[in-house]
Amino acid sequence: MNTNKLNTKSSVIDKELTEHDKKIISYPKMNLVDSSDADSKIKRNPGIDFNIDRISNITVNRSAVERRCASYAVRRSIKKQQQAAWLLKAISLIDLTTLSGDDTESRVKRLCGKSRRPLSPQLIKSLDIESLNLSVAAVCVYHDMLKTTYQALKDSKVKLAAVSTGFPAGLSPLPLRLQEIEYSLASGADEIDIVISRRHVLEGKWRELYEEVKAFRDSCGEAHMKTILATGELGNLSNIAKASQVCMMAGADFIKTSTGKEPVNATLPVSLVMTRMIRSYYEKTGYSIGFKAAGGISDSKTALTYMTMIKEELGRRWLEPDLFRFGASSLLGDIERQLDHFASGYYSASYRHPLT
Amino acid sequence: MTLIESFEKLDYSDALESSEEAQNWLDSHGRRFGQFINGKFESRSDADLIASLNPSNGDLLANIEVAGPNQLKKAITAARNALPAWQAMDGHGRAKVLYALARLLQKHTRIVSVLETLDNGKPIRESRDIDIPLAIRHFYHHAGWAQIQEREFSEYKSIGVVAQIVPWNFPLLMLAWKIAPAIAMGNTLVFKPAEQTPITAMFFAHLCEQAGVPDGVINIVNGAGTTGASLAAHEGVDKVAFTGSTSVGRAIRKATAGQNKKLTLELGGKSAFVVFEDADLDAAVEGLVDSIWFNQGEVCCAGSRLLVQAQIADKLHTKLKKRMQTLRQGTPLNKSVDIGSLVSQTQYQRVDELVQNGIEQGGELYQASTTQPDGNYYPPTLITEIDSSHPLAQEEIFGPVLVSMPFRTQSEAVTLANNSRYGLAASIWSENINRAMDVAPKIKAGVIWINCHNQFDASCGFGGVRESGFGREGGKEGLYEYLQPKLLKKVAKSKPIKVERQSSKENIDRTLKFYIGGRQVRPDGGHSIATYKANGSLATWVGAGNRKDIRNAVSAATKASNWSNQNGHLRAQIIYFFAENLALREDEWIKRLQEICGLTKKQAKTEFNASLSRIFSYAAWADKYDGAVHNAPYRGVTMALPEAIGVLAQIAPEEKPLISTISLIAPAIAMGNRVVLIASERYASIALELVQTLETSDIPAGVVNILTGNKTDLAEQLAGHAEVDGIWCWAEPETVAQVEATSAIDLKRLWVHIDGDRDWLDSQQGEGLEFLRNATEVKNIWTPYGD
Repeated sequence: MNTNKLNTKSSVIDKELTEHDKKIISYPKMNLVDSSDADSKIKRNPGIDFNIDRISNITVNRSAVERRCASYAVRRSIKKQQQAAWLLKAISLIDLTTLSGDDTESRVKRLCGKSRRPLSPQLIKSLDIESLNLSVAAVCVYHDMLKTTYQALKDSKVKLAAVSTGFPAGLSPLPLRLQEIEYSLASGADEIDIVISRRHVLEGKWRELYEEVKAFRDSCGEAHMKTILATGELGNLSNIAKASQVCMMAGADFIKTSTGKEPVNATLPVSLVMTRMIRSYYEKTGYSIGFKAAGGISDSKTALTYMTMIKEELGRRWLEPDLFRFGASSLLGDIERQLDHFASGYYSASYRHPLT
Repeated sequence: MTLIESFEKLDYSDALESSEEAQNWLDSHGRRFGQFINGKFESRSDADLIASLNPSNGDLLANIEVAGPNQLKKAITAARNALPAWQAMDGHGRAKVLYALARLLQKHTRIVSVLETLDNGKPIRESRDIDIPLAIRHFYHHAGWAQIQEREFSEYKSIGVVAQIVPWNFPLLMLAWKIAPAIAMGNTLVFKPAEQTPITAMFFAHLCEQAGVPDGVINIVNGAGTTGASLAAHEGVDKVAFTGSTSVGRAIRKATAGQNKKLTLELGGKSAFVVFEDADLDAAVEGLVDSIWFNQGEVCCAGSRLLVQAQIADKLHTKLKKRMQTLRQGTPLNKSVDIGSLVSQTQYQRVDELVQNGIEQGGELYQASTTQPDGNYYPPTLITEIDSSHPLAQEEIFGPVLVSMPFRTQSEAVTLANNSRYGLAASIWSENINRAMDVAPKIKAGVIWINCHNQFDASCGFGGVRESGFGREGGKEGLYEYLQPKLLKKVAKSKPIKVERQSSKENIDRTLKFYIGGRQVRPDGGHSIATYKANGSLATWVGAGNRKDIRNAVSAATKASNWSNQNGHLRAQIIYFFAENLALREDEWIKRLQEICGLTKKQAKTEFNASLSRIFSYAAWADKYDGAVHNAPYRGVTMALPEAIGVLAQIAPEEKPLISTISLIAPAIAMGNRVVLIASERYASIALELVQTLETSDIPAGVVNILTGNKTDLAEQLAGHAEVDGIWCWAEPETVAQVEATSAIDLKRLWVHIDGDRDWLDSQQGEGLEFLRNATEVKNIWTPYGD
């Protein structure tokens, strides 16, 4: 079998477990969600009443979070076929994103093409995964690009996501922000990525934050709402934890780290804190909230570390597009090259793969 | 499995670290190792063999020859012969050798990690990411200490030949902790690894030659407990450094009694893991994973006693049980495994038996997995619904077994944490810094971790109090364990007094009473002893103390615990006041020293003035001996705080009674200890004559207690009294031996000397940092921060 190592520092030869070595006594499953069946439908979070007691005692110890984060990549090994499988899964979790001032129809069309055919037919054939009918989870664009996207994604299972509510700063008038959601829904958006008012967090106005997000949720109707916390602007981990809880109480379907426009976007510590809040919300209410890590995840190794974290903290069920997303643009290219290496045994060049 | 099946499952890889290189290395040595003596491996065909096994599957790694008495002797002789040149080498020369050892270990990280995992059963991730990097760091760090030794320790020299004995839980890391500081400070040594895990030490021996370690500086011998016992008790050894169980530590304490050996003991523990209601509970759960399931719980400082504030206990237990379900246990070489195999079948049975027997006495057992295939895989275990009297809450289990008990208030948490014979480490979990910093000094332990557990570094001292042993390893405080003062000069005893008359006509008959709990009290037994002046005439009568007097004095000292919490400034003020009051009695004292001690007026004046100066010195130090902040590689501070030992018993020297008594009492109380002093026999009255001055100097009752009587008897009573935390002793060899042997009961920290080892008048010998260091024990408090 070909070897495929992301960790180039590790030059050891892995060998398959022999029966003799296979003395593994516990590989238990997390029972967070009763059914581990990936297809099982989750109950949508309707939101719950605002309750300040649920957040007033939250404190997060940063050093402890960082120590835990340092363990995922070194304590869990994902190699060879497992690695290829995880990376294929990663593709299915991507919200392929373009959010630039210079976005044009042609670029968005190109992105949509790639989202439907994330891997080349030859690679799919050599991996023998035609039956997966693999695509990314969604394409994520500004409102003005929705029409083009809608046309390009017709008849595909790729979801249409629009950033909204005055993205990225969220400082336009509230009625306009609500209207923006309605516009996007009318243009065919399946998912709305809203931004919260960071000032509510920084000023400790938790009820205002709750009301704002609830209003967004009401506007979203059937469309799934991802709530962008813009964690890089929230000051500290405890604020991030509290904001996560408030957004879930207000009815978020997903909580999402960043717009991609903050000075610091998704980081592992921030993601762990949000993931733990999702777990505690689930334990209290029974509703599964999704998590989206956005911005700064551009290589396969980082993606695998995030997925490991999700599996460890929330369980296997969360590694499905209805509960976990990567917001990324260049990640797909790197995954493609890694998979190509898995299939051929040699590293590919980026120009040999279609542009994202 | 097809790729599509893997896609659905999303399992981790069972990635086995290759052991090929390690197995080849073992093969290349014929899977047999002898002794490493004087730079060469020695093998004897007729040696007894111990099989070193891979505990996870029972495979033979190598046969280890047991060192015979001749080989032990040879190793010790080799160390002795290598000593002068190694001591004489400049710090830079030794630094280069330590640096080379660090580099060589670094170059061979992978094979060393694999050997360690094969031999011990710990997960490869831990040996590769924790044990071996820390061992390397230890050699680098101590290369630095060797380099700056002449400057930083100019008043000290090496001790000589050191015997070092380590356990099986961190074989190479313990080797580094022992060998690096010893050779950095110019000692030579004979090292014995545990018989279960000798392999990495054998690998290390091979590196010694390449590193340019001179022959005989590092010798490594193999064998089990009896070999260790012979090594520790060998007359050719100047110091013993031992890490292991408390029972073996106690045996070593007894075996070396009277041998004039320095001792460092790092022993067992039942460390508390204290979670307050305001802790980050997710952090605490991961902390517990690091604490009790690190290295299968085979860690002396494992946080094996979870103390959790009652209102959050259920919540924490639920979170913890969930986390236990995601712990992966299995083949240690598998890189996706958290918990490997216990070190041996014996250890497995021991843990299992303790848990089985314990659970019969109550408690609720939770194990994440019940399947137990072959091998020595003990599952992660949580036991709740027990109280502190339960055997599982008291005994060190040394396995992945956590017991949990609730507490209601902060003070109850401290009481429960301290309700143990041990005192190695503890962690405190709270997001409230006021609470954490308040609790840290109150827990009796050598290491306190705030919001973390099992953090180690070469720059920070590690070691315990109570039956967890004494001495520190790591940090500047750890280096003194391998040093002794250069400047001590032996002094001759004065001639015996010729007793002339039994009665004195000159004065009213005086019987000096004991000073206990701030009051002058008569001896319990009703016996008195006559003391004489230099001219042979009767001076005064003093009491003959007995066991009950000791009990009363220790009890008074124990009650005076508030003294240890006073700030240094206040203690300084009181000690200055004592000096002031003593100065008022100058004439009386000069006369007394002439009469009792036979000094000339000039000599008497010198001793009296030197005594006043000495009191001033320790008043000065009281608010200045203030510890350090260690520079460990993490975001946080590690504070090394010198803490009072507690109740300190002092067996006073015979000679220079005034200044020697003051030289003992003053540094002890300056650092916050409470003292029970047994006065010089010959000059018993001198210490008691200080009582009136002590009484008038605002020294709180019980802080200083003074008794007279038979030094040997009283010393033994003190050595056996569990409320006495430490003993300073200047006495005859037999008394010293007895104190050492008796103190093994609860492994008191001792600072013992054959009387006559120093000139008390000389401030370089009779005063200074050596005294302050021995009046304190360093507590390292780790405080990571970040928001």
